[in-house]
Amino acid sequence: MQSEQTQPRDEQRKPRVGLFVTCLVDLFRPSVGFAAIKLLEQAGCEVHVPEAQTCCGQPAYNSGDRTNAQSIAKQVIAAFETYDYVVAPSGSCAGMLRKHFPALLDNDRDWSERAVRLAGKVHELISFLVDVRGITKVDARYYGTVTYHDSCSGLRELGIKNQPRDLLASVDGLKLKEMPNAEICCGFGGTFSVKYPDISDAMVEKKTDSIEETKADLLLAGDLGCLMNMAGKIKRQGTPVAVRHIAEVLADMADDPAIGDGSTIGRQ
Amino acid sequence: MEPTSHAFKDNVRKALNDDQLQRALGNVKTGFIDKRAKARAALPEFDQLRDQARDIKDHSLAHLDLYLEEYERKVTYSGGHVHWAATAAEAREIILDLCTRAGAKTVTKGKSMVAEEIALNDHLEAQGIEVVETDLGEYLIQIRGETPSHIIAPAVHLNKEQIEQDFRKTHTDLPEDRSLDRPEQLVNEARTVLRDKFIAADVGITGANLLIAETGSSVIVTNEGNGDLTQILPRVHIVIATIEKIVPTREDAMTILRVLARSATGQEFTTYTTFSTGPKRPDDPDGPEEYHVVILDNGRSEMLGTEFREVLRCIRCGACMNHCPVYHAIGGHAYGWVYPGPIGAVLTPSLIGVEKAGHLPNASTFCGRCEAVCPMRIPLPKLMRKLREREFEKAASPWQQRAGIKIWAFFAKRPRLYRRSTNILIAILARFGRRRGTFRYLPFAGGWTKYRELPAPQGRTFHQLWREQRNERVHK
Repeated sequence: MQSEQTQPRDEQRKPRVGLFVTCLVDLFRPSVGFAAIKLLEQAGCEVHVPEAQTCCGQPAYNSGDRTNAQSIAKQVIAAFETYDYVVAPSGSCAGMLRKHFPALLDNDRDWSERAVRLAGKVHELISFLVDVRGITKVDARYYGTVTYHDSCSGLRELGIKNQPRDLLASVDGLKLKEMPNAEICCGFGGTFSVKYPDISDAMVEKKTDSIEETKADLLLAGDLGCLMNMAGKIKRQGTPVAVRHIAEVLADMADDPAIGDGSTIGRQ
Repeated sequence: MEPTSHAFKDNVRKALNDDQLQRALGNVKTGFIDKRAKARAALPEFDQLRDQARDIKDHSLAHLDLYLEEYERKVTYSGGHVHWAATAAEAREIILDLCTRAGAKTVTKGKSMVAEEIALNDHLEAQGIEVVETDLGEYLIQIRGETPSHIIAPAVHLNKEQIEQDFRKTHTDLPEDRSLDRPEQLVNEARTVLRDKFIAADVGITGANLLIAETGSSVIVTNEGNGDLTQILPRVHIVIATIEKIVPTREDAMTILRVLARSATGQEFTTYTTFSTGPKRPDDPDGPEEYHVVILDNGRSEMLGTEFREVLRCIRCGACMNHCPVYHAIGGHAYGWVYPGPIGAVLTPSLIGVEKAGHLPNASTFCGRCEAVCPMRIPLPKLMRKLREREFEKAASPWQQRAGIKIWAFFAKRPRLYRRSTNILIAILARFGRRRGTFRYLPFAGGWTKYRELPAPQGRTFHQLWREQRNERVHK
């Protein structure tokens, strides 16, 4: 990994990054967390993983349970506010910390300022590497055609569009084939996917049609929720497309079975 | 109309299984979106205009009483009459009374969502008055006995063949062997039929896209010219509008009109933009002898002091539904009341109650596309979330959902307990699912596995693995 601005910084203290793992990565796909750590360390960061983290609180927040969402927000703030940066391998969770925590706590005299201060330090992983750390290239290879889905929160709340594509362009052997309507929601929407499965299915089916049209052998995105939704549909349809989080490819760690792929050898 | 928003899930199932509707919805996705994008790209100051338009409406709403009174003064000065209606029922009565006094047998109507909101047609027809919709789309759904499925393209759910059938069934006095294969033949037939109605009408009713306080004018935008014929030919013109349509000046109206058509149809301007100010003056060549404006509240003033005030900025362009993937999937009728799409998901529960329409703000992934295209920068996802909060507070959402969230939150607020429990849960799931890679079915996850596999966890949680790795790092 090469950075245009890391050299003169070497004498300086490495920035301390608190990794917000996200609940889905923690539970379903730890390899994304390890890929994130590898990328952050390559970008010259000192990575910490605070113990007192569970989830960003979106399930409560988006279900109208403001009280519980506030408690969880405070827990996240307390666990992460001492770091220079807070980075999450998810646009949705990073958006929650960055855009919604301040709104959630704006009437709380003790917490509103702390929420705003934390929000200023929160970044989604890929945009952090490119926009904050100035990374332009990664040391990774993938010999095949990939397509990239823009997850809604990353795209519309955080403006993540070119950063992942720029880094993917530097992966040896990788060819990016854009899908039609890459910016349209995959139908996940957290609890939406189980509360309104019929609509969610209609949406994800349109998405997998777009993916199939590209003939790519690998689908990438920056949010595990969307990835599990699309992978779940792809597996049900039996389409031969593998699904991974973009960090796995950028960190050159795409050796584990892809999302929803079975394995005969268990992970240690 | 009687809302069916509470039966949203049934409506959705019907819509998803309606092949014809699904084909028709394809037109929404392509037509409107591309045209808006082109119109926006051609106007560099478009986003600045959006800010200005938002500020104009915010200002108007902050001084609503002042501008509405000024508007009334100006209408009265130009010889017209303003009638205030607090509820839908009051508005219906006022309009019926005006029609009765005019001895109306036939009433022509321009397109008006407010008239839909108060179910005006049914009320007038019940008194023996013939009501004729003159906007082509509205005419099509009127002869079918349907409600609009889109706020600017009310018949967007129909195809040409259905329209031909309806015309043959309705226009029985025309020759049976006439050709109606081409769209322009359908349009010509509608034009011929409607022309007689325009001339026969005793009263013309239009909506209003804007009311201008400075001049007492009402403004409508149309592409068919039907609005002009509706309001100029009959002896009496009635405008039905809601309180939030008011803007202070003509310049303000122009700013909003510049974003309206571009956001709605991708036009720089609609074909007709018509200002009406009072009845016909002695030297005017034409115009109505009587000019009435019915200004309806119907719950809006109660939204003023609340966070839902922002929704009153809406100018009914339809951009939010044109860009909404949920609307694309289910169309407008599934929303079960007058206003579909994201704006309906906020407006409907605000007006008829979250108990009756709680599904609507929940049926969103918060993808944010509606807010991104809204010319008035209404934070629709935020307002939908507020409604979910209101529903949660009132315990109006399904108890299983509320209980599920509370149990989950109990663990999420206790990291150590959460870790211990998830370690066990994930170990079990991984043991059963890892070989195959996914679950075809899981208890309590039926909503997910109905249509999708559930990807199995890799094995152990990140935090378990991280703790071990860190210990190794330390011990080396």
